[in-house]
Amino acid sequence: MVTHFHTLTCAANVGQLREIAEFVDECAERFGLDVKRTFGLQVAVEEAFVNICSYAYPEGNGTVVIAAGAEGDSLVLEISDNGKPFNVLKLPDPDTTLDITNRDIGGLGGYFIRRLTDNVSYRRENGQNILMLALQRTS
Amino acid sequence: MNIQTSKESSVMVVKVTGRLDAVTAPEYERQFTLLITDGETRFVVDFEKLDYISSAGLRVLLATAKHIKAKSGQIHLANIGGAVKEVFDISGFGSIFPMHESVASALNATVG
Repeated sequence: MVTHFHTLTCAANVGQLREIAEFVDECAERFGLDVKRTFGLQVAVEEAFVNICSYAYPEGNGTVVIAAGAEGDSLVLEISDNGKPFNVLKLPDPDTTLDITNRDIGGLGGYFIRRLTDNVSYRRENGQNILMLALQRTS
Repeated sequence: MNIQTSKESSVMVVKVTGRLDAVTAPEYERQFTLLITDGETRFVVDFEKLDYISSAGLRVLLATAKHIKAKSGQIHLANIGGAVKEVFDISGFGSIFPMHESVASALNATVG
């Protein structure tokens, strides 16, 4: 059972990232997440948000809601949008072993979301994409 | 994000301060493109004051490095630490870029 304690509603526009970063910091501080894990959460949320802006709302207009809650020892963030069905977790992992010349530009967003969280899931529900990210207070 | 440049012999030292994210990444790329267009080919990027980097930041770092390589140039990174380093490590960027513990050692490694 997730106990929600903070919610942000904002336009699906990359220009909102500063506001989102402040929101994530507030949530992490209230929950008691350490600095290193907060940094990882910041990156994971940015990647999720930027992908929603590009793929769920390709025409540019839309709203994103980020709801933060606590469930036991985990900080849980649910990021939802009303855009096109899009699952960032389905994106393929990049090959992280290639050199500068052969490495593709991009493809890291979904990979960072998986690597920088303890638990992550996607569901499509009532016309919404809902991405759930969870980080434990201690690893 | 703020970018400051200084020239050490024939090497351009670029000091990046603040956040390199989806908002600021285009500005990073624009500034490097200007420097490369001006004929600069040897770069040391000082990330000591970089607070944050996401995939959008790594993307322009890689795009810029490819651009420099295409001009037979060099790019060395200095002072990557803390939480920023974890992002470099898990992305594999920590092994594709020459990384140094100081600007001085990065400058030494930059062949003139």
